[in-house]
Amino acid sequence: MDKIKFVEEQSIKVQKHPSFKAGDTITIHYKIIEGTKERIQLFQGVVLQRRGSGVNETFTVRKMSSGVGVERVIPIVSPNIDKIELNKVGVVRRARIYYLRELTGKKARITEKRN
Amino acid sequence: MTSIFDEAGKQIPCSVIEAGPCVVTQVKTQEVDGYEALQLGFDDKKDKHTTNALKGHFKKAGVTPKRKVVEFDNFNKELKTGSEVKADIFAEGEFVDVIGTSKGKGFQGVVKRHNFAGVGGQTHGQHNRLRAPGSLGASSWPSRVFKGMRMAGRMGGDRVKVQNLQIVKIFSDQNLIVVKGSIPGAKGSYILIEK
Repeated sequence: MDKIKFVEEQSIKVQKHPSFKAGDTITIHYKIIEGTKERIQLFQGVVLQRRGSGVNETFTVRKMSSGVGVERVIPIVSPNIDKIELNKVGVVRRARIYYLRELTGKKARITEKRN
Repeated sequence: MTSIFDEAGKQIPCSVIEAGPCVVTQVKTQEVDGYEALQLGFDDKKDKHTTNALKGHFKKAGVTPKRKVVEFDNFNKELKTGSEVKADIFAEGEFVDVIGTSKGKGFQGVVKRHNFAGVGGQTHGQHNRLRAPGSLGASSWPSRVFKGMRMAGRMGGDRVKVQNLQIVKIFSDQNLIVVKGSIPGAKGSYILIEK
């Protein structure tokens, strides 16, 4: 299906993001358009998963916001992503760390990878 | 299917259609054929896969053998035999209908085929009838099952028309049309587009 690939290549702008995986802590600089104005919102959290491929690849980021868990699913090729910062590289044993949803407090910590 | 991002950064699910180049293989007229229509051919095929009858037909039109030959009535353009129809007859933002053959699902029960609800639970003495169709009708009258009663059987492979799909983008040099939403059929299958 190279015709589908052609359409995909034409329609997306390839952005360079740092490579990240589940367990990493990242900050997303997300563009928000309010009427005519545009501003940048930061969202820092732990990556739960990356799924899909090509244009349809998304990632899920979870953070605790005043005691309530908040998750965002964002397409990785979304033009609304201004920048992605990699804050911490975590050590986890699986590609999808859904178990983090059930954990709070000290148990929800992820060990950081040491160089 | 794939997706495209619009100016607002919104992800739009869409399907890619290769629309053309089609060739006019015959122009049917009121005088000769009794009705007006335009016959279009699409997708080249080899000579050895073409029957002699069709070979003659394509030779008369002066075109190479085509895999798919379809008639269109009410074509709003006057075209001659041998002329090409390409994707640029459509415009971005336009709404089109797409007709295709849906994917075959094989022999399916009533729950999948006709959206029956199935039996609620495993209680009331039932243990093996979760997806059963239930009663087919009354007893002594009419003493038969009505025609058209929805039952299990072959599903899919039907002609399906999806209406009002918006054209998101057109790549006229590649003859590609990108429409919003899904279209019937498997990847690589043939479809008709109506304006």
